[in-house]
Amino acid sequence: MNTIIQRKHWNEVVFSLEVKAPHVAMNAKPGQFVIVIIEEDGERVPLTIAGINPEQETITLVIQAVGYSTKKLAQFNVGDNIPHILGPLGEPAPLEGYKKVLVVGGGVGIAPLYPQAKYLKENGATIYSVLGGRSEEYIIFREAFEEISDEYAYATNDGSLGVEGFVTDVIEKELAKDSSYDLVIAIGPLVMMKAVCEVTRRYNIKTNVSLNPIMVDGTGMCGGCRVTVGDQTRFACVHGPDFDGHLVDFDEAIMRQGIYKKEENHHCRLEGITE
Amino acid sequence: MSSLVKTPIHELDPLVRNQTFDEVVTGYTLEEAMKEANRCLECKHAPCMKGCPVNVRIPEFIHEVKEGNIQKAYEILVSENRLPAICGRVCPQENQCEGKCVRGIKGEPVAIGRLERFVADTVEGKAQVLDAKSLKKTLPYKVAVIGSGPAGLTCAAELAQEGIQVTLYEALHKIGGVLTYGIPEFRLPKALIEKEKDKLVQLGVEIKTDTLIGRSYTIDQLKEMGFDAVFIGSGAGLPRFMNIPGESLNGVYSANEYLTRVNLMKAYEEDARTPIKKSGNVVVIGGGNVAMDAARTAKRLGADQVSVVYRRSLEELPARAEEIHHAMEEEIEFNTLWNPVEIIGDGINVTAIQCQKMELGEADASGRRRPVPVEKSYKEIPCDTVIIAIGQTPNPLIKMSTPGIETYDFGGIKVNEETMETNMPLIYAGGDAVTGAATVIKAMGAGKVASKEILKQFIQKN
Repeated sequence: MNTIIQRKHWNEVVFSLEVKAPHVAMNAKPGQFVIVIIEEDGERVPLTIAGINPEQETITLVIQAVGYSTKKLAQFNVGDNIPHILGPLGEPAPLEGYKKVLVVGGGVGIAPLYPQAKYLKENGATIYSVLGGRSEEYIIFREAFEEISDEYAYATNDGSLGVEGFVTDVIEKELAKDSSYDLVIAIGPLVMMKAVCEVTRRYNIKTNVSLNPIMVDGTGMCGGCRVTVGDQTRFACVHGPDFDGHLVDFDEAIMRQGIYKKEENHHCRLEGITE
Repeated sequence: MSSLVKTPIHELDPLVRNQTFDEVVTGYTLEEAMKEANRCLECKHAPCMKGCPVNVRIPEFIHEVKEGNIQKAYEILVSENRLPAICGRVCPQENQCEGKCVRGIKGEPVAIGRLERFVADTVEGKAQVLDAKSLKKTLPYKVAVIGSGPAGLTCAAELAQEGIQVTLYEALHKIGGVLTYGIPEFRLPKALIEKEKDKLVQLGVEIKTDTLIGRSYTIDQLKEMGFDAVFIGSGAGLPRFMNIPGESLNGVYSANEYLTRVNLMKAYEEDARTPIKKSGNVVVIGGGNVAMDAARTAKRLGADQVSVVYRRSLEELPARAEEIHHAMEEEIEFNTLWNPVEIIGDGINVTAIQCQKMELGEADASGRRRPVPVEKSYKEIPCDTVIIAIGQTPNPLIKMSTPGIETYDFGGIKVNEETMETNMPLIYAGGDAVTGAATVIKAMGAGKVASKEILKQFIQKN
């Protein structure tokens, strides 16, 4: 069960695992995620699903090794089993009926963006992809995106691929030229999604974002993943993770992201795992 | 001849135990149990049984304790109650069996809960191998039980005992539901849940953890997979918040999150992977068992000061009497007749909670006197952690993923109370998923009723 059948290294912190997980593969839809536990009494770690292959009964997980458990997971090899995988979790992303979509991905956020973009393309939408990262090697899934995009552009902090700057620089220009998109999907760091939403709000284009807050159970039980959307408290694990970005209180979400910084660093020091 | 008060039970010293997660109540010896059993008058009309949601034959089992026949007492107990070691520890006996005890009219009732626990611990403490003869032959029916809390555990065991092929689905990585993630070790040792798991395996129940029905599979898919009936015991897991300013500040937890981190994820252990904040001053909002559990847990995690804020008075506290008593002994403070109106922070972390004074007015629909705010009367309690324990609502996933299933406005699944069947044929539900947050024993009662109905359906088919 949950056997790793393929492993790919994207850069020094990001890797992907294709894992045999029949019932997750059978029912997963773009936008959903899983929770994994990698050792006895380990943390419950939410991971986005970057690929769904019902025929092979596999899913692809993309992992950024930044905390204790993800760094441990980076040491798993082909043939190893992941002790626990729960999923698919969350609501599928709302993707029906869109014709012209601007998809914006940043860093590891590019991974969960891919199944959504692919689904839209397969259902007749025109796709313009804008992917950003620190430098060229942080832009993952490049070939896959180029294959499904009608147009694409890149932005890197150091200018090693595409424009030197941020994804928002690209979309500002694009929307000034053509604002006839009926949907924007932005997935990446909170500050990126916030910035994208500020741009698209001016053009009044519906913008979905995918949130990945701290969570424990992933089934609606703890409320740790609560976010304010409009004036409502929503749980990212059962009501999301995709929400209308124009209604999300990003400042609050950014504040909550840092709750356990101190405790997490403490563990990594104990285990001799360094940033 | 016998005393007007219960035979005292051994407990750890309050100021020692509030530093550890060891079980608070250590139980009766055989002599103490027999002495307490002798207080039972064995009333013919057995009013105690009317207070028991699963109809345990209380005078009968107590009679066997008097005689020292503990194995016999256990057989009587377990024939009606699948989880006596758990119920003896967590049932609100004062509102149930003991509340109806004739001895309670003048003096204290018989300590039925303590005796139940004594009998279960004595017998279950020994290595048990299920008698192969007691297993019925396998019947050609498959039932899916969703959720492994008290309702699901009971339903699964009752059906498997009769030869039904049962698959028990649990979303988390360990079984037990609220018994595992909610009720702390110091009140309900997790080893007891492990024993229940072993029993289920012996009965032939297939246990599938890490499977969230509604997401991993829908109920329609379960039917396609060949299950003849489904029992939904998915609990009331969704925590309620107060919708007051400041609830998103760092340091504000739902009781579910706080307790899950500690109980399920073992955050109290120094090397646990799942963290919990080290707190100085903790305020717990609410007055039920969950609030008491959260407060006592916070104290054990090393908080300097823990206080419970409750908007009614001490008399209305809905928690079990024993929990309130234990909490007070453990130096938990009670701020009753105060209602939180705002959580105050420094922009990131909680620094205090602002509460408004309340007074009791007319009785409301629940029969309790309604708390009424006193104008311009506020106080601020400095704290770095706030735990919200004002109740849970049923998990919405089944409703969201099962078109056509009828639910109440509060989210509970509608059932025929006689049969526990939902509006969908052969789909049953029970426990907190139906009623909203209630008690372990009521959930067990519902699981038992549903199992009997399911059996009846299959027998009718033959």
